[in-house]
Amino acid sequence: MGSRIVFLIILILSVGFFTINLQKIIANIRMGKKIDRSDHSKKRWLNMIRVALGQSKMVRRPVAGFLHILIYVGFIVINIEMIEIIIDGIFGTHRYLSEILSNFLYAFLISSFEILAFLVLLSCVVFLFRRNLLYIKRFRSNELKSWPTTDANFILIFEILLMLAFLLMNASDSILYERKFSYYDVNIVNPISSYFEFFLVNISNQKLYLFERFCWWFHIIGVLGFLNYVLISKHLHIFFAFPSTYYAKLDPLGKLDNIPSVTNEVKIMLDPNIDPFQKTNSSVDVFGAKDATDLNWVQLLNAYSCTECGRCTDNCPAHITGKMLSPRKILMDTRDRIEEIGYNTRNKINDTKSLLGDYITTEEIWACTSCNACTDACPIELDPLSIIMDMRRYLVMEESKAPQELNMMFTNIENNGAPWQFSSDDRLNWKDE
Amino acid sequence: MEVKIISECNANGENPEYLFWVGSAGSFDVRSKKITRAFVSILNKANIDFAVLGKEESSSGDVAKRAGNEFLFQMQALMNIEILNNYNVKKIITTCPHSYNVLKNEYKTLGGDYHVYHHTEFLLKIINSGKLKLNKDISNKKVTYHDPCYLGRGNSIYDEPRKLIRFLGINLVEMKRSKRKSFCCGAGGAQMFKEPEKGSKDINIERTEEAISCNIDAIITACPFCNTMMSDGVKLLKDGEIDVLDIVELINESV
Repeated sequence: MGSRIVFLIILILSVGFFTINLQKIIANIRMGKKIDRSDHSKKRWLNMIRVALGQSKMVRRPVAGFLHILIYVGFIVINIEMIEIIIDGIFGTHRYLSEILSNFLYAFLISSFEILAFLVLLSCVVFLFRRNLLYIKRFRSNELKSWPTTDANFILIFEILLMLAFLLMNASDSILYERKFSYYDVNIVNPISSYFEFFLVNISNQKLYLFERFCWWFHIIGVLGFLNYVLISKHLHIFFAFPSTYYAKLDPLGKLDNIPSVTNEVKIMLDPNIDPFQKTNSSVDVFGAKDATDLNWVQLLNAYSCTECGRCTDNCPAHITGKMLSPRKILMDTRDRIEEIGYNTRNKINDTKSLLGDYITTEEIWACTSCNACTDACPIELDPLSIIMDMRRYLVMEESKAPQELNMMFTNIENNGAPWQFSSDDRLNWKDE
Repeated sequence: MEVKIISECNANGENPEYLFWVGSAGSFDVRSKKITRAFVSILNKANIDFAVLGKEESSSGDVAKRAGNEFLFQMQALMNIEILNNYNVKKIITTCPHSYNVLKNEYKTLGGDYHVYHHTEFLLKIINSGKLKLNKDISNKKVTYHDPCYLGRGNSIYDEPRKLIRFLGINLVEMKRSKRKSFCCGAGGAQMFKEPEKGSKDINIERTEEAISCNIDAIITACPFCNTMMSDGVKLLKDGEIDVLDIVELINESV
């Protein structure tokens, strides 16, 4: 009875904490500007199914993609086991699903869990090896120093421990069943963990019982703890990849949105008949983005969805040729900044920082060629380019801080309708040359 | 050379089927003007009913927009749209992927809805329909094709230029980074008009080196800006040994 109460308390606390902290993140995302992505719902569902559920862009890198799919499928399928663990925990039953499912189905479930657990374990070991022992440039960048690297390794190690606990639990259970000990009366089919029994056969019943219980508790507390950890980690992509792909831009990558409030102003400038004081329904705040709250909510959702894989940065021509720009850093900075703003707002702390300036430098912003290598490479269709462009818009339209050569180019377009200093009268000269 | 100007057509009551959007580079840049002439000469040979805006054409606004000046972009866009709509323009062809992207994707919500062709799409169309005949054999060349970002990744046009090259029977060697994975020439996002930020290498050098490693006679591209960047790269690395050509110049050699 005691353990059932402890279980219930842990379950309620961890789900409660998770809900409260998730709501904080959602509130942070809601601080972003409005953008309408309610159109084309069918297309959006299909995009989400293809890209997030179907992992279509992950497999562009076949090895990492394949291993990722193993972990992903394992994560989804093995979590079915959580249903049984929670029922057993609350009602004090032992392997409740074995009572209501046919022997065959239960055996099928447990053996699939085991095989997947083993594949997940193996993939995590390979990833850990690859990340730390192989030299992969995008895992050694500056923006990954300290916390992001710890975060990445912690996730992998923790998943390995969870899978080990699950397999050792089954192995102990199986031995205790054979010894007809206490309530261990379910004959589980365990194709993988049977190999682990070898290490456990010399342990006494009482100790093995304690070990089995330890693994069970470790597994469930681990999963619930991990659920909460995800919210402060890059691992949040396991949830947010879905809304991010649903709300992704559906237009060709080359298309950049036109700012509607600018259209109103330009129309007023071009048409003398429009009353400049007439009420327009667009509230003109800032043009472009200086801080994270000047970005729209999809861009903020993107920032929280990024799992720092670095495929964007790995393909960025500016980054490859040694410039400061890294699209991954743009997203990471945006996430860190909106977290900071959220924290300061909730705790009424005075905040004088801004995303552009304190996190992202103008040197990074101006190094971009807008080539869309980053947006194309992202496995979940995040859009760091739109953030870069919004910051350029802020620099140019609010602060008139474009590089000098670009200001000259603007002047040329304004005066001659061409980015160079040529007269529009010469536009047809090519005809007779 | 023979080119109709749309205002004159309009005055004579003519309504040409296509408008050729020359673009600022195609109108003023010394190298790009040759590409413009090559394309017009093909259009004339294929008897395409087209005109240009001439002095009424103005910057599409692409560079202004990518440099963050949305005001200037929309000013340009709204003025251009007014002129285009005034002449009742329905179909536009352009040799510049940046103009193509802007005219096709970004003018729409501002009131400019056109069927826009990039010249690679249009050339393929008139070759397939038999309007343009390729005669001379230039298949002894060995080339690589550099995908312009705003044509390839930006608008998913990868096949048309390659089909054109194949039509010519030319040996096409793909770079390691091609099609979707193509590596930028370094000009986009208004970089053409400013010095690059400091780094270990210029982007166009990185890309030209990759092209040269394919051991080719010419780098083929389909964008005036790419052409400039790759030409600059070749000048530094293999001056005089490799040509940088627009795809329309290749086609023009064989008609």
